[in-house]
Amino acid sequence: MAEKTLLHLEDLKLHFRTGKGAVRAVDGVTFDLGYQEAVVVLGESGCGKSSLAKAILRLLPRNVDAYSGKVYLEGQDVMPLSDEEFRYQVRWVRMSMVPQAAMNSLNPVLKVGDQVAEPMIVHSRMKKEDALAQAAKMFQNVGVPIDFLGRYAFELSGGMRQRVAIAMALVTLPRLIILDEPTSALDVLTQANIMNVLKRVKKELEISYILITHDIATSSELANRVVVMYAGLIVEDSDAMRFFQKPLHPYSQMLMASVPRLRGDKEPEFITGQPPSLYNLPPGCRFADRCPLRFDACDQDPLLVEIESRRVACWKYV
Amino acid sequence: MTLTIENKEQVQVQATNEQSDVLLSVKDLQVWFELKRFGIGHAGYVKAVDGVTFDLHRGEAIAVVGESGCGKSSLMKTILGLYRPTGGQVFFNGQQISTLNPKDLRWYRSQVGYVQQDPYGALPPFMTVERILGEPLRINGITNRFEIRERIYKVLEEVKMFPVDDYLYKYPHMLSGGQQQRVVIARAMILKPKLIVADEPVSMLDASVRVEILRIMRGLQKTHNLAFIYITHDLSTVRYFSERIFVMYAGKLVEKAPVHNLLHNSRHPYTHALLAASSDPDARNAAVYRDVPPGEPPSLVRPPAGCRFHPRCAHFMEGLCNVQDPPDFEVETNHLVSCWLYKPEKPQ
Amino acid sequence: MNTFKRTIQDIFQYPSAVVGASIILVLTILAVVIVIVFPYQKAVDLWRAGEDVWYRSPKNAQPEWVNFFRRQDLPETLFLSTLEGTAAKTIKPVTEDLTQVFISFPIDYNYDFFPQELSIYFKSQFKEKKPLVTLTWVTPNGEFQMANFSIRETGTYRVSQDEKLKRKLSGLPPQQALFVDLKAPVLSPVKGPYELRITGNLFEKDATLDAEMVLYGQVSGWAGTDHLRRDLGIALLWGLPVALSFGLIAALGTSITTMIIAAVGVWFSGWVDELIQRITEVNLVLPFLPILIMVGTFYSRSLWIILGVTIALSIFGAGIKGYRAIFLQIKESPYIEAARAYGAGNWRIIFRYLLPRIIPVLIPGLVTAIPGYVFLEASLAVLGLGDPVLPTWGKIINDASNNGALFQGQYYWILEPSVLLMLTGLAFALVGFALDRVFNPRLRGV
Repeated sequence: MAEKTLLHLEDLKLHFRTGKGAVRAVDGVTFDLGYQEAVVVLGESGCGKSSLAKAILRLLPRNVDAYSGKVYLEGQDVMPLSDEEFRYQVRWVRMSMVPQAAMNSLNPVLKVGDQVAEPMIVHSRMKKEDALAQAAKMFQNVGVPIDFLGRYAFELSGGMRQRVAIAMALVTLPRLIILDEPTSALDVLTQANIMNVLKRVKKELEISYILITHDIATSSELANRVVVMYAGLIVEDSDAMRFFQKPLHPYSQMLMASVPRLRGDKEPEFITGQPPSLYNLPPGCRFADRCPLRFDACDQDPLLVEIESRRVACWKYV
Repeated sequence: MTLTIENKEQVQVQATNEQSDVLLSVKDLQVWFELKRFGIGHAGYVKAVDGVTFDLHRGEAIAVVGESGCGKSSLMKTILGLYRPTGGQVFFNGQQISTLNPKDLRWYRSQVGYVQQDPYGALPPFMTVERILGEPLRINGITNRFEIRERIYKVLEEVKMFPVDDYLYKYPHMLSGGQQQRVVIARAMILKPKLIVADEPVSMLDASVRVEILRIMRGLQKTHNLAFIYITHDLSTVRYFSERIFVMYAGKLVEKAPVHNLLHNSRHPYTHALLAASSDPDARNAAVYRDVPPGEPPSLVRPPAGCRFHPRCAHFMEGLCNVQDPPDFEVETNHLVSCWLYKPEKPQ
Repeated sequence: MNTFKRTIQDIFQYPSAVVGASIILVLTILAVVIVIVFPYQKAVDLWRAGEDVWYRSPKNAQPEWVNFFRRQDLPETLFLSTLEGTAAKTIKPVTEDLTQVFISFPIDYNYDFFPQELSIYFKSQFKEKKPLVTLTWVTPNGEFQMANFSIRETGTYRVSQDEKLKRKLSGLPPQQALFVDLKAPVLSPVKGPYELRITGNLFEKDATLDAEMVLYGQVSGWAGTDHLRRDLGIALLWGLPVALSFGLIAALGTSITTMIIAAVGVWFSGWVDELIQRITEVNLVLPFLPILIMVGTFYSRSLWIILGVTIALSIFGAGIKGYRAIFLQIKESPYIEAARAYGAGNWRIIFRYLLPRIIPVLIPGLVTAIPGYVFLEASLAVLGLGDPVLPTWGKIINDASNNGALFQGQYYWILEPSVLLMLTGLAFALVGFALDRVFNPRLRGV
């Protein structure tokens, strides 16, 4: 674990109990996140990436079957903390989140200024005027006009609401923000704007991101590193430059090939088959039945191997 | 010249001197929605479509690109026969749509297929696939059980849902997103339409599935020589799909061009902005800020005077852009731009 | 069909629902059996019949099973009749003009309490000369002559009304004194064999004499009797199909009609919707029960009329507002728009695309509404506005309260119909709540 590591996840597991059995949504995830670094977690729906966000922030539903592993935040293992301690010391204080469809989850009966100020009042026990002043500063950071503080969510456009949601995550000046599909419901220009906002905030406020998305093209706007998740596991972990030029894992390669491109001539390919259901995972490599390069060794679970400071879980590289 | 219904099957009409393979002709279409105050008083209009003109030929695929709120949904629903035009005309096979009686309107609707954005919402959750596909047939007078069964089989094969029997009795929630969308496409095709309107057909699907669905639709278009209107805000998919692209902003079409010309030689400042904001996966993107025109799309109730884009345009010309709405200027063959920058120096 | 099976399986995950459903099943089967065994006309006739049908029942008797819980048993009702062969009759011609008839009614009395009454019903055939009867009472301690008198074609002799006998028995009520040892210090019934002997003198050759003795106990039947000697069991049994069908028809009629009207209003919107909403709002303000009372008082108390008025008033009720809210949401669904796009007409959309979505809300609401209507019918009967002809649970409670049941300690009269009402209501409520949780998964954690 390097010293300049903001977040270190070790064998993080989160399984859910459902009527049909245990869902192994996050099944042993290990990676590091540095300061002022943005990591993109790519994957199809159902691969466990949203559950990863919940696992890191300990936003657990009632039907948890297993939750284990280590989460080191700035060198401190936060897993042993009680739920109360976690709530007061970690969540929204040092790590926060912009959840999926956040722009639609704003409280319709509160003014947006009050909503953004709320974490300060609850956590830092600030007075309301000071909290609102901080909220105003955050609005500036994300590019929302100050006089919107007194408006309600329905008066704002989609792009503005997403900026408000980002401001809410920023207001306590955490070190790390997890963003779950922050731009998927937005138009192209608005998406570009939000990405600009995120870039600027990262630079000016020195914040790290974990960006969870299935939109590969937009993710490249922010990514310093790319982590690919498949069926609850990390299959590739690489720096952005080399990932986008030459992905290693067969799944990553197929994902990149399936992206329609505006410029360039290649026609996109689609990936046959479907991701496995997370209920009864077969032993061995979970991508094997869709993989064109499958061979005998794939019947065993592959481990992450390190190649030129990139990690990949594929027998091809062993 | 209008037609009687008896010979609608042999339609070959020259309403004007244009080519006879124009399937859909939209002239100066306006679709305005009245705003009522307290249910009674008049409080203005939402001018969702405000002067749209284009021709669509048989077997041609066009894409209508624009952001949310630009009016593309209203345009599409008017073409589908769901809204009545407030002004202007829509001709299908030479026949005016806006004045059809209900019976002919039903016939018209069977000629235009509709593929929606939300695959799960587009399917009635309490009907099996077989019933879902049978409904359009039964509504349009086809009641022979064997014919219905045969057409359902055929259309499911065309969207590549094999083996068909496995899917017939499934409910929508038992299908994946891609499969649901294929059923939606099958339903749109089952009445053998001449035109399909697809509203963001893949935006709610996973990235890996999108390509497959687009391929299927493209294949169907070519096989059946269908005209296609593909509505999207995602520029990166249009080049695989359409021959021409229309860019829509605030109720108007600001640029109309063949795909290649638009992507490589776009003229309208808004089109430039859209292209500049669409990214391809490239790690270098993280280091640069994208150039985005400031502001937001205007309200459709009180749009800006003159060119609607002028408040956000870097090339704004005082006295011209905010006074008069620019007409279409042809900058290359078949490439029309609605922008004062392209006003020819000498009158033509 | 699959959904149905799955739904049933889901419901049976809840023990409360299993209990409720079993009760409903039992009640329904019972109701069907009752209607077959006691057809409508027969039940009505029985209920409206007078003394001639019910003469063998004691008045206000408790149910027989009460004795099971008592240390000291209450006397049961005993009836013996020469006409039915349960009593011995001997005919002895003496002379040409005199025939003697000996009738014996043996009574084995082993109870700790007194009977209500002892009556003898005579039936005689003669031309002119009335027969003369002599009644002799045999106790374990001796015998004495009770009375003698002449009778007509039909005659009734009630021991409690015989003043002469009363005086003979030291002024005590005869039906008690007959069973008591007058010389004993404590007056409790003497247990043992008794006999009532009747000697009849017939003065014509072809005259006949028959008698029936009824010893009215304090208990009768499995449910007791009311003030008109009617076996409450009949009313309790017959009340079941009435309650169930009223509840079911009212609930079904109201729910389905409300659902359709709400859908029509939402789909067509404009003035249709406005009209329906205004009608509903006015209807909500109208007082429901007083109107029913007025209809019952001034027009007709027939069950069908009341049922009809109930449904008519309930259709435009709060349900419309609820369903409208749901339909407004469903109306925006993409698949409705798609249906319009492929040419579906308005009515097809309403019935085949909108209404099926409301079923998950309709069914629990329907089941939960049934008890409400059952109680409504009972309430009206309790207020005296029930159907005048049918025996229903509410009618029993009404009779009971009119006749001071609780003052007289006849708790069974009130409790039996009340318990049945509560049981029915509970059963439907249990099933209804389980259905609610099955159809609306968001409530599952509750």
